[in-house]
Parts: sequence; structure tokens; C-alpha cells
Amino acid sequence: MWQALYTELAPKGFLPIAVAFDSAGNAAAEPWIKAANPTYPCVIDRRHIVAELFDMVNVPNAVWIDEHGKIVRPSEPAGSSDAFRKMDHTNFSIPPDALAELQAKRNAYLNAIRDWVDKGPASKFALSEKEAVRRVHTPSDDHVRAAANFRLGEYLVEIGHPQDAQKYFEEAKRLRPESWNYKRQAWALEDPMKAGGPEFWAAVDALGDKKYYPTSDDI
Amino acid sequence: MAIDIIYGEDVIKGVDAEAKNGLWLKPGDFKRVSGFELKPEGFCKGEQCYPIPPARKAEFENGGRYNLRALTELIGQPMVADEAHQVWCFGEASANRRRALTSLEAPDFSLPDLEGKMHSLSEHRGKKILLVSWASW
Repeated sequence: MWQALYTELAPKGFLPIAVAFDSAGNAAAEPWIKAANPTYPCVIDRRHIVAELFDMVNVPNAVWIDEHGKIVRPSEPAGSSDAFRKMDHTNFSIPPDALAELQAKRNAYLNAIRDWVDKGPASKFALSEKEAVRRVHTPSDDHVRAAANFRLGEYLVEIGHPQDAQKYFEEAKRLRPESWNYKRQAWALEDPMKAGGPEFWAAVDALGDKKYYPTSDDI
Repeated sequence: MAIDIIYGEDVIKGVDAEAKNGLWLKPGDFKRVSGFELKPEGFCKGEQCYPIPPARKAEFENGGRYNLRALTELIGQPMVADEAHQVWCFGEASANRRRALTSLEAPDFSLPDLEGKMHSLSEHRGKKILLVSWASW
């Protein structure tokens, strides 16, 4: 998805940096990166450091950063939409109306990026400082405790104790239920199929009217 | 005993520590792990100092060791420990995270690609960057 946009916009000074939140490291991310064969940087973030630094709670989430290192759009879903919830949970087929909705959201997001790359601060999608700050989800004590629990769990996995890691993942999930990164990463470490399996769909269904991808209403 | 300490983004292995009523390290290890050293004005890292409440001095310094748990509590850093594997993990204080995020200054990081080549955000200054997450799961 980002390669085509990069090819188009690179001459105008645009660069995507893709960050893989994968505690299993290269083993998990490599087949995907090899298949996409991107020419922009794709880094592996076993510890979800970027998620914590930029307050990302899901994938894909994105932050827009201008030429001076200033955040002009804080973390938000990157062109995704809750229309994916209409997917058949077993054969993954998508009804045509949901597919159209997904494509429309994605195109709107790509067009917003194009507008920003063309117009810079004059783009209506480059937020004012006040609006950008308003949209930051400021971390609470529970959030930083969740991050510390997740980090400890990830470390225990790294040193070969995946069973003992689960209780810390559970605590991270409890302290920050809105983080799908914690939920799905923990499931994936138990069993690679689990992150998109029945547990995942049950958790998505349990959202009810709440959004899986709380998108911004200006894109 | 020798423990592993995760402090922010760093992992420091085999640190000599006493874990009774806190986590007590020798001054050299204390600085190596946290960056803080004890000065007359308190525990300091660079220009930043945290004075010790005089009545609570013994909670912070005792028997030639400093209590990392007492300092991190004072600062508001979360801690979680796994005693079975002797791992202590200290996170970032929420106030620091809030300040960083609302400054809108993109925090730098350095992470490897598949080949192990490191990439940092700051090396791409001058470009408009879309920092975007994904995962295999």
C-alpha cells in the first residue's frame, strides 16, 4: 500500500517508515517484507518501542511528521475502517458494500497525504498545534504500567520463558484494554493463528458500538 | 544476587542487587542502570535533580547502596518485577510521556531492518514522514 505512494511522492520529499510491532522479530516479519519488497525503511520493533513513544494502540496506526521533526497529525488509524468487521469470520470474504467502504476510506487517507505533501502547513490535513495537542491521548499511570508489564513479558519471551510472560501480557491488556497491539501480540506469541482467530473476532464483537479503528472525522 | 534490569529502552544484565524493601544497588551500578548519581542536591542526571526528603533519607541510601525503587517511585516511574527469573522492569513516568507527546516534537528512535541495519527517525529530517505501524499478526 505504501510503496506505490512512496514511488509517487518521493520526488516531493515524502518518506514512509514502516515499523513492525513483532516480538518474534525477523522470523515473523520477514515473509511479509520480502513479499512487499519495499524501497523505504522497514524496521523491526520487537519491544513495541515506537508504539509507546508515539502512543500507537493498533495497526496500522500512523503519525505525520514534518520536515522539522514536528508531529502534525498524532497517532490515528491509517486509512483503515471498521467496515472490515462485516467480513465473514471464517472464510474472510467481504460483502461488496463493505469493500467499497474500505477502499473509500483508504483513498481518502492517501489523498490527504498527497494534499499535505503538496501544500505543507497550508494543507487542511496538517493540524494546527492546538488541534494536534487536543488529539494526543495523554498517557495515564495505568498506561505506563501497562507498557512496563508488556515490556517485561516481551523480555521473558526473548530469554525463553514464553509461558511465564503471559501473566504480564494479561496485566498490560487489563490496564490498557484499548490497545489491540497488546492483545493481538500476546495471542500471536501463544499461537500465530490466534491473533486473527475466534478470540480476536469475539473481542471485536464485544466492542459493540465502539470503534476498532476510531478514525478522525476530518479525513 | 545478580538480576537483570530493564530500564527504559536498555537491558542491564547481571546487576548486583539486594531486593529487600526496595531494590538496592551499589552507586556505580545505580548510575550505569539509571543514569542518576547522588549529589548534595539529591539524585541527579545531568541538570535534573530530585531532592531526597530529609526525613526519608534512609529509604534512599543505606549501607553503601542506593534504592532504585525509592527513586523511581519518587519520580513516578512504574516498576514490575518477576522474581522467579530475577528481572526488574522500570518504565517511563506518565508525566514525562505526557510532556513529550504534547510537545509535538517527534521522539527519536533507532531500530534495525531485516538485515540489521539501523534506522533512526532523525536521519530523515527534511522529509515529510509517514511513520506507520504494521504487524505480521
